[in-house]
Amino acid sequence: MANVLVWAVWCGAAFACIASALAVVSFSNPFYSALALIGNLASLAVLYLLLGGEFVAAGQVLVYGGAVMVMFLFVIAYLGDRSQEAPWAGGPSWQAVGTVLAAAAILAEVIVALALTTGGRLTHEAHVGRSFGSPGQIGRLFLTDHLLAFEVTSIVLLVAAAGGVVLGAHARALEDDARP
Amino acid sequence: MHGPDVGWYLVLAALLFVTGALGVLVRRSPLIILLSVEIMLNGANLALISFARRLGHADGQVFAIAVMAVAASEVVVGLGLIVAMGRRNVELDVDKLRTLRG
Repeated sequence: MANVLVWAVWCGAAFACIASALAVVSFSNPFYSALALIGNLASLAVLYLLLGGEFVAAGQVLVYGGAVMVMFLFVIAYLGDRSQEAPWAGGPSWQAVGTVLAAAAILAEVIVALALTTGGRLTHEAHVGRSFGSPGQIGRLFLTDHLLAFEVTSIVLLVAAAGGVVLGAHARALEDDARP
Repeated sequence: MHGPDVGWYLVLAALLFVTGALGVLVRRSPLIILLSVEIMLNGANLALISFARRLGHADGQVFAIAVMAVAASEVVVGLGLIVAMGRRNVELDVDKLRTLRG
């Protein structure tokens, strides 16, 4: 019974995931695309929970669905609705057709490569304890085995923050020059 | 409690990655290209986390969190660029950004 329930949750989350990803790609208004991406991130968090990644799921909802998406929506609202691009207007161009073919080729390649290299061995999942993916375990890994990755991540975030400030200051200087 | 195998998750991850790649290649608005890059990163994250579950070791989850931090940094820089474009009244269309001169 529990098995059926897990499958039902998985199918719902997977369908929501793919549908919202397609919505992000196909909406012409970036605001609706960003809202669809929030749905995509939430359904991915459900999948992470099914895989035992409690801390990653919580981080996904908080960091991605919260902070990053608020920043996106803020910038979209700031810029206004100015990119009047109808993505599928005027029939498919040769560029779009080629892109879809290339995407299908990547998908087929990934699936064939997975099937050839793993061939049925993916069914044996390891047994994990209750603490698998808990904040305690992730934190312990970050401070023991992956201390270097932890520190490098902090440097990456610092550099990104400095880059954002520099870009903003540069844009403001240009704006002041342009305005008499 | 035995749900879908890891293979199903990997197929889903590949589909997500391809959908994001399609958005990056087809769309011309830089905002939607950034959103599509987020979808690609999330596809990779899903693969990492499903392999972590398969191997019974949380290293993949640690790496997924590092990917999330990189994605946040990428959004900061990308949105900074887009705001700079918007302030200079450049049209938000990546096909029309032909010069990189300041």
